[in-house]
Amino acid sequence: MNKHVLSDTAVLTGRSLRHITRSLDTIITTCIMPIGFMLLFVYVFGGAIQTGSHSYVNYLLPGILIITIASGISYTAYRLFLDMQSGIFDRFQSMPIARSSVLWAHVLTSLVANLTSLVVVVLVALLMGFRSGAGVLAWLEIAGILILFTLALTWLAVIPGLTAKSVDGASAFSYPLIFLPFISSAFVPTATMPGPVRAFAENQPVTSIVNAIRDLFAQQPVGTDIWIALAWCVGILIVAYIFAMVIYRRKISQ
Amino acid sequence: MTSQHVIHVQGLEKSYKKLEVLRGVDFDVARGSIFALLGSNGAGKTTVVRILSTLLKADAGTASVNGFDVATQAARVRESISLTGQFAAVDEILSGRENLVLVARLRHLKGAGTIADDLLARFSLTDAAARKVSAYSGGMRRRLDIAMSLSGNPPVILLDEPTTGLDPQARIEVWQAVKELAEHGTTVLLTTQNLGEAERLADRIAILHDGRIIVNGTLADLKQLLPPAKVEYVEKQPTLEDVFLAIVGDHGKDGGAGNDRAPAPTGEEQR
Repeated sequence: MNKHVLSDTAVLTGRSLRHITRSLDTIITTCIMPIGFMLLFVYVFGGAIQTGSHSYVNYLLPGILIITIASGISYTAYRLFLDMQSGIFDRFQSMPIARSSVLWAHVLTSLVANLTSLVVVVLVALLMGFRSGAGVLAWLEIAGILILFTLALTWLAVIPGLTAKSVDGASAFSYPLIFLPFISSAFVPTATMPGPVRAFAENQPVTSIVNAIRDLFAQQPVGTDIWIALAWCVGILIVAYIFAMVIYRRKISQ
Repeated sequence: MTSQHVIHVQGLEKSYKKLEVLRGVDFDVARGSIFALLGSNGAGKTTVVRILSTLLKADAGTASVNGFDVATQAARVRESISLTGQFAAVDEILSGRENLVLVARLRHLKGAGTIADDLLARFSLTDAAARKVSAYSGGMRRRLDIAMSLSGNPPVILLDEPTTGLDPQARIEVWQAVKELAEHGTTVLLTTQNLGEAERLADRIAILHDGRIIVNGTLADLKQLLPPAKVEYVEKQPTLEDVFLAIVGDHGKDGGAGNDRAPAPTGEEQR
């Protein structure tokens, strides 16, 4: 059975990647909100925000990348939900394939789709004046953090994808994730926030991830932020993966 | 494997929470035959099909397909069967051909492209092969669904209400396809709530009611359960279906001229 895991996953990933290349609107709508926020904050609010950094777009981009992933994974849940609803999930499960490949194909597709969206957003940021002197290694570290964060949120998205009763339910879970960066260091420094809000902002995952990426872009020492960021990503990944797998097993062997 | 019964179901029980759906279901299906499981909505037909296709575990009882136990040898069962569920489980975004290639590759068959092309021809879908399935009619979708099930020639096909929601012409096309399957030696288990469908297609008919099989036999057996036929002279009016089919003829089929399936010359007579 296991000898087919890789080939089955490859075939099924090819299938869902075709869904993305044939409905590029999912990439576009994923990018529209983060790009909209970026335009709004750089050209409208940004002038009034004191970040201590000479370019606000440089300050803002890491948080925008987080929002991009949060809005992208709602499509992961949506695609999985549609497969569950349409009966094609049952068809695959009744075939002589490695059963876990059905889920892995969605996860890999989510990774590819989100990375594509991230590249689009970074290109728009470059047009808006984003500049970084970061070297190859720093870029790789940033990519690593973003991939890990995407994987963590993707496994989180698998849960509503498997359990949702409606399309709205499948994608609505991502809204709180999209707004989490607003109560973090993504848009403004946390120092200006009142006590309890500041405490929340400084101890939620987005702040450490954003700070780590921002320091890497700015060629600053990243300090402990990167370890806290990695701990959050790995922690969310493991917990979400376990829950998703438990639900998945229950679905395929009732 | 060599036993005469390809599907063997004994004492099958299944409850969803407190709702007892199956309360001891027994039946056997002979190799190469068409077996119809008849029942009203909610009778448990789909539950039986889901258990046989390893998507659901029974609470009690045993079921085997092609000699393999559905609970302990699920992987072998999946190699032996193909499931066509109640809703055409096709990928809407892919083309018809891509759907067939996908399934052939998932069955680890060599020459997936050739297999896809053969099936497209067999189900009169060659002209629509490159079109996205979302543009297919209900009948074409169903045909594609069944064609996908035949990839790799599994010995057992499970069809869950294959004609629900189809127009009369599409229904006849599906019936034709099912008959051809059995002629090629495939064992077919189909569920239906359409009595005419069971009457037309099935070698044996079982009626599932209140979680049990209450009758199981050939059409002739079932007819003997009622008082003998008496002769009455009745003016036979054409049914609306006869009128519809006579007027529409074959022209409306999928809007594509020349992709009509040639009826199998001997198919009608053998049943």
